[in-house]
Amino acid sequence: MKKVYINSIASISAQKTFDQAEFLTDLIDHEAIVIPVVNPNYKAFIPPAAARRMAKGIKMSIVASKMAVQEAGLEQVDAIITGTGMGCLRDSEKFLSNLIDNDEQYLTPTSFIQSTHNTVGGQVALELKCKGYNFTYVHSSNSFESALLDAKLQLASGEEDDILVGGIDEIGDHTFKLQELVGHVKREAVKTSELLKSKTSGAVFGEGANFFVLSNKKQASSYAELIAVKMFNTLPKISVPETATAFLANNGFSAEDIDLVVLGYNGDVDYDSCYDVLSHELFNDTQQAYYKHLSGEFNTASSFGFWLASKVLKLQSLPEVVKLNDIKSSGFKTVLLYNQYRGENHSFTLLKTC
Amino acid sequence: MSKGVAITGMGIISAIGNNVAENYQSLIEGRKGISRVSKIKTNHVNDIMVGEIAFTNEELIAQIGLNPDNSFTRTALLGCLAAKEAVNNAGIDNITAYNTGLISSTSVGGMDMTEQYYYESFENEAVQKYIESHHAGDSTQKIAQQLGIDKSLVTTISTACSSAANAIMLGARLIKSGELDRVVVGGADCLSKFTINGFKTLMILSDTYNTPFDENRKGLNLGEAAAYLVLESDAIVQKENKAVLAYVKGYGNANDAFHQTASSENGDGATLAMQKALKVAGYTPENIDYINAHGTATGNNDLSEGRAIIRVFEDRVPDFSSTKAYTGHTLAAAGAIEAVYSILALQNDVIYPNLNFKTQMKEFDIRPQLEVKKKTLNAVMSNSFGFGGNCSTVIFSKES
Amino acid sequence: MDALKQELKEFIIEQLNLEDINVEDIGNDDALFGDGLGLDSIDALELIVMLDKNYGIKLTDPKQGRAIFESINTMADYITAHRTTN
Repeated sequence: MKKVYINSIASISAQKTFDQAEFLTDLIDHEAIVIPVVNPNYKAFIPPAAARRMAKGIKMSIVASKMAVQEAGLEQVDAIITGTGMGCLRDSEKFLSNLIDNDEQYLTPTSFIQSTHNTVGGQVALELKCKGYNFTYVHSSNSFESALLDAKLQLASGEEDDILVGGIDEIGDHTFKLQELVGHVKREAVKTSELLKSKTSGAVFGEGANFFVLSNKKQASSYAELIAVKMFNTLPKISVPETATAFLANNGFSAEDIDLVVLGYNGDVDYDSCYDVLSHELFNDTQQAYYKHLSGEFNTASSFGFWLASKVLKLQSLPEVVKLNDIKSSGFKTVLLYNQYRGENHSFTLLKTC
Repeated sequence: MSKGVAITGMGIISAIGNNVAENYQSLIEGRKGISRVSKIKTNHVNDIMVGEIAFTNEELIAQIGLNPDNSFTRTALLGCLAAKEAVNNAGIDNITAYNTGLISSTSVGGMDMTEQYYYESFENEAVQKYIESHHAGDSTQKIAQQLGIDKSLVTTISTACSSAANAIMLGARLIKSGELDRVVVGGADCLSKFTINGFKTLMILSDTYNTPFDENRKGLNLGEAAAYLVLESDAIVQKENKAVLAYVKGYGNANDAFHQTASSENGDGATLAMQKALKVAGYTPENIDYINAHGTATGNNDLSEGRAIIRVFEDRVPDFSSTKAYTGHTLAAAGAIEAVYSILALQNDVIYPNLNFKTQMKEFDIRPQLEVKKKTLNAVMSNSFGFGGNCSTVIFSKES
Repeated sequence: MDALKQELKEFIIEQLNLEDINVEDIGNDDALFGDGLGLDSIDALELIVMLDKNYGIKLTDPKQGRAIFESINTMADYITAHRTTN
């Protein structure tokens, strides 16, 4: 079994993360119930002829994937594996509302084509001219982790050597309104810096594209080693600590070995207690971080957490803005990530310096 | 990575039958399930034909035994029925006895309810329960719950029309790597106005019965279906002394990287997928006895796939046929229903006819199998290709 | 006829999102597909819907589009000869 490394990272998020040289230094303190990404200069990455039909999710993904491939020093990858909870939502909504509003008349194909979930994976393959393995996972908050697991299996076995892995979701107006209707979105705007103080139901929604090159070859650009990723469709809150302990033990670690726990807190009082049982109990004496106040909540928000953890391990520094408690680790060697959404689709991801 | 991947159960519901036995009967009797659409109100009713499942949602709900206040979409209902048949067929009475996962696939997800209540949701609280049923992972979560799979690896793949083949591929990988001992794999897609209109804009829907690999083919018929396989490790098979239906012997996935919807003229992606699958199986082309082709009956697919088959098999193309003329193109479920058909072919040593074929294509001289043919089969190849350049091939074999 | 050609150019630019192209950039005889304006098969489907919606012309086979959409001139000729709405 070969080891698996994160050789490059790239993030398009609601913060200015596309500048690879910075690490959350120039913070945008949003005050909203939904926070869109800070758009990079798409034209610098995508020729206009290619960009003209691209949904926002595709554009974000093309930019992030090109940045990741470039940072890894590669011309080509062997495979492309993406995760997306909702796919290119705006085009799905556009096609569906045109269909209903025009009573099935005068519909055009472009938005239908973009509406299929694998459109991002397919377009990235087209842009990179990559004929390799191409998969798209669409399983709510475990979409990105499914992609990670698939990549890890193939890299560890040596089937492939360099795999581009990404998590993408975009905000869609209609879907957002429906989410508001069922109370999954916060009723009142909350400041980024005060998300966890809100003590209200629902989350602040967001979007983003985070791409990584995973490889079974370590190189100068490597950020971290991906030790393990494990998913659970269901997990009662009470079982979260013992499951975390068992996950660590299976990989030869204990809670004391963890230098940083990155938790998927999104400020929803109804579900944040899943994180509390780790934060207040098992990892009470461990340094902790959170990130969804920066990225917003979306099905693949955990890919932003993965970006954060990778960067912490390489730079050996933790930005103030993500610190959850006052404990200070002497250094960051081993990082555990835990995420879930509304009590379902839980994941544990373990990273280590390399 | 030398472990075998045994198939110990299968379940299916499609336009040609509500279970495995009914599907097999229709296949060998040449009985297609294509008709005018009856359960979806669409202006295109006279312009298209579909492979529709006879049961209404209410009938499916009653069969599964759900409460009336359930929030199951038709995709989830079809998926549950087929997955339960697969688990029963595998003789599993305690699903938690082994580390068991579920890999499902869908392209439509909960679109049937979303399109019905797109605006009504804002006024009628009673239909708001379907809002959270829209996303692609929802039907998978519900199937897992119905099967009693909890605290486990459950995920969903959506790679358009190649989805379920990819679910089988991932399942095989998870068994081989020891990540899971047992995994239910497959896919489900119901018909929806969204897909009917979407394919209509691409002008690839036939207004009559679809005719795979025919010179005068006019396009595809959409269909709805669900099918699942139970894959188990060698260790379980030995320990439980289980009957094995067939093995997942090889698999390959590649991207055409040519066009957003169309396949390349020479089928680069399809060629690569078939070659990779042969390599994983440790086979040469001569080992394949039958190809269950993707054969959607669109101008583009059948030409591209046919050329790819010739590239891989050269002048020794095995018997091949498309079963899309029976079922319609069931999108994400296609790879799973055709996996069931491939396994049935192996079990019964039979090749199904490619229905509705009249005229030889002029671009090449390979011709699909036109009659039911009895023949000893040891390995069957199943192709599934989709939008976004996704090309997948799975090889099933009698022996591990 | 010139008004129709102008209308077609404006429509093509808007509907097909040709951001960096102006009406003046499209010559009446320029090839719209391939090496010319670079349109592709998906654009052809968009144009077929446009013929239906704006001019009441229904094409049932996408292959028919190839000759019609060769250039602005061929499109304008076809529309003038076959339009059912004004």
